[in-house]
Amino acid sequence: MSQHAPASGIYLDNNATTMVDPEVVSAMLPFFTEQFGNPSSLHQFGNQVGRAIKQARQQVQTLLGAEHDSEIVFTSCGTESDSTAILSALKAQPERREIITTVVEHPAVLSLCEHLEKDGYRVHYLKVDNKGRLDMQQYMDLLSDRTAIVSVMWANNESGTLFPVEEMALLARSAGVLFHTDAVQAVGKVPIDLKRSAIDMLSLSGHKLHAPKGIGVLYLRRNTRFRPLLRGGHQERGRRAGTENTASIVGLGKACELAMVHMDDETTRGRALRDRLERGILDAVPHCFVTGDPGNRLPNTCNIAFEYIEGEAILLLLNKLGIAASSGSACTSGSLEPSHVMRAMGIPFTAAHGTVRFSLSRYNSEQEIDRVIEAVPPIIAQLRKLSPYWGEDGPVENPEAAFAPAYA
Amino acid sequence: MWDYSDKVKEHFFSPRNAGAVDDANAIGDVGSLSCGDALRLSLKVDPDTEVIEEAGFQTFGCGSAIASSSALTEIIKGMTLDQALNVSNQDIADFLDGLPPEKMHCSVMGREALQAAVANYRGEEWKDDHEEGALVCKCFAVDEVLIEETIRANGLTTVAEVANYTKAGGGCSACHEGIEEVLGRVLADQGKAFDPAAAQPQPAPAAAPASAPGGKLTNLQRIRRIENAIEAIRPNLQRDHGDVELIDVEGKNVYVRMTGACVGCQMASVTMDGIQERIVEDLGEFVRVLPADAPRLAASV
Repeated sequence: MSQHAPASGIYLDNNATTMVDPEVVSAMLPFFTEQFGNPSSLHQFGNQVGRAIKQARQQVQTLLGAEHDSEIVFTSCGTESDSTAILSALKAQPERREIITTVVEHPAVLSLCEHLEKDGYRVHYLKVDNKGRLDMQQYMDLLSDRTAIVSVMWANNESGTLFPVEEMALLARSAGVLFHTDAVQAVGKVPIDLKRSAIDMLSLSGHKLHAPKGIGVLYLRRNTRFRPLLRGGHQERGRRAGTENTASIVGLGKACELAMVHMDDETTRGRALRDRLERGILDAVPHCFVTGDPGNRLPNTCNIAFEYIEGEAILLLLNKLGIAASSGSACTSGSLEPSHVMRAMGIPFTAAHGTVRFSLSRYNSEQEIDRVIEAVPPIIAQLRKLSPYWGEDGPVENPEAAFAPAYA
Repeated sequence: MWDYSDKVKEHFFSPRNAGAVDDANAIGDVGSLSCGDALRLSLKVDPDTEVIEEAGFQTFGCGSAIASSSALTEIIKGMTLDQALNVSNQDIADFLDGLPPEKMHCSVMGREALQAAVANYRGEEWKDDHEEGALVCKCFAVDEVLIEETIRANGLTTVAEVANYTKAGGGCSACHEGIEEVLGRVLADQGKAFDPAAAQPQPAPAAAPASAPGGKLTNLQRIRRIENAIEAIRPNLQRDHGDVELIDVEGKNVYVRMTGACVGCQMASVTMDGIQERIVEDLGEFVRVLPADAPRLAASV
């Protein structure tokens, strides 16, 4: 599959976004030209587009294992799906003023929850342990008839750690509480069968699975009480007004179909490549470790903390060699703190800043992985040479005491 | 990612003076909370002349932190300690052909390491005199702590006032929600409530008839008012080493010339907008403020 890979460069940042599959592009192209009609129109121009959307809806339904295709609501992105789900639950149940989520959610959920706190809602943030795992007892204790919705991600975007959302959804259901999962990192990477689950709502994002940016889905289980975020026309059965993004919907449908085809490959060959990369780096570089829960994570994700150096510097040097990855360092985001996910897991300051996430896709080859394994150790050594925490051949003795700068 | 200048990239990829100086006699260790970056600067100072003979750095930090450290050591080598103390963080940023606003604190860290090293050499204790907070205004690199302190010190109550005192929010205006939050918090501490309506200075429609009863201003009156409005703005510009001069008034077009630091400033157009707003407010009619060298359209008034 590596013949599709971009001409130069090794792309290991697929949790950020993915390349649009060439087959997805060709499926979309007619919808910019001859198939330009509005699917709501009666005439032939619109009619065919309507059929294409119907097919796409079924392709998404198949990948998610949803019982009905009418449970698939197309949105503009994962963030819109998250906001729609959470705000709908609050609107539909005004007497319930509490939300349960986790400290390691994506900002799409966290920022919204923090904002809702200002409006008087009470948000419970489930903590994680040093491997990023939830305390199910804490979760059960919090479920009550005051809870409007539980929103827990299926897989963490930074560490790849999987949460037991199916079990959590069952617990929510038996407590009479709505359950939403932000599954943008999980869809297409792990098998999902929603008809056999108690999940009421699920968000997915096209560009994480080789569809374009600007298209998402909210899965909405039939009979779930719902209040739309956008009202207007009758599109998406009135649950998400606004003229359909037809080309992207068709593209997402195709991408879901391809994800089904490739899932086995990604969980076997892909996982093996990821493990090879991880082993190769851990064997060659001292003072680094895998973050999250290595035994229970996405098959494509590997997050390594390199101690005593800083992530952005690592990324810049990798980028110079044409290798694309991402970091949990504060510096790459312009925020004050290193990644909230790494902090939540209690990763020490000097390591949290040096976390690098490698996230693979079906386009990566073994040769690419071997080149990365070769490239990383000298980069780490080069930066450690500059680090005040690093001596001749290893960290200085008692690094935190040997270098304790005046922080300002 | 970041839009780093070629100079920043060069100093990151090939840092100068990396590593500790052997037999250093001045060491400064500082860190910046806002990025988790930290820097150790080591200097070898000639005890007789106080000339910095060698400078070395060890940095735990991002690309621009490493580049700023490298730049700092290049700048100060050969300087006396007193000369070196005159190096500002802006000098470090300028040496690197600029830093993104989010990364300016890297240059501040460099300057602080220098101060700390000099204090260490002189047997003094260096104390940091400012605290850094989350960056609120990205146009002018103003952080939350500065905004909060300025609001408290000056009893500010509106976003417009915050922009006048700190520049924060004077650019793209995307941070106004953040500024309102800081205002709300500080005012709540003082037992007051933030009033968003007060944040929108209404160019009172009553002002026009009151100032020109029964008719339009004469040309002379108009130009005097425009002059007065510009005079009122000049001190603000002069504080930033800039200035503005009224060149001509042609119908609805007011031509001005920006001078001093305003020339070539990337915020010049924002400044012009501010001047226009002020004149419109004082005049009670719409005018357009244009640079004097703007092509003049055929007068159409």
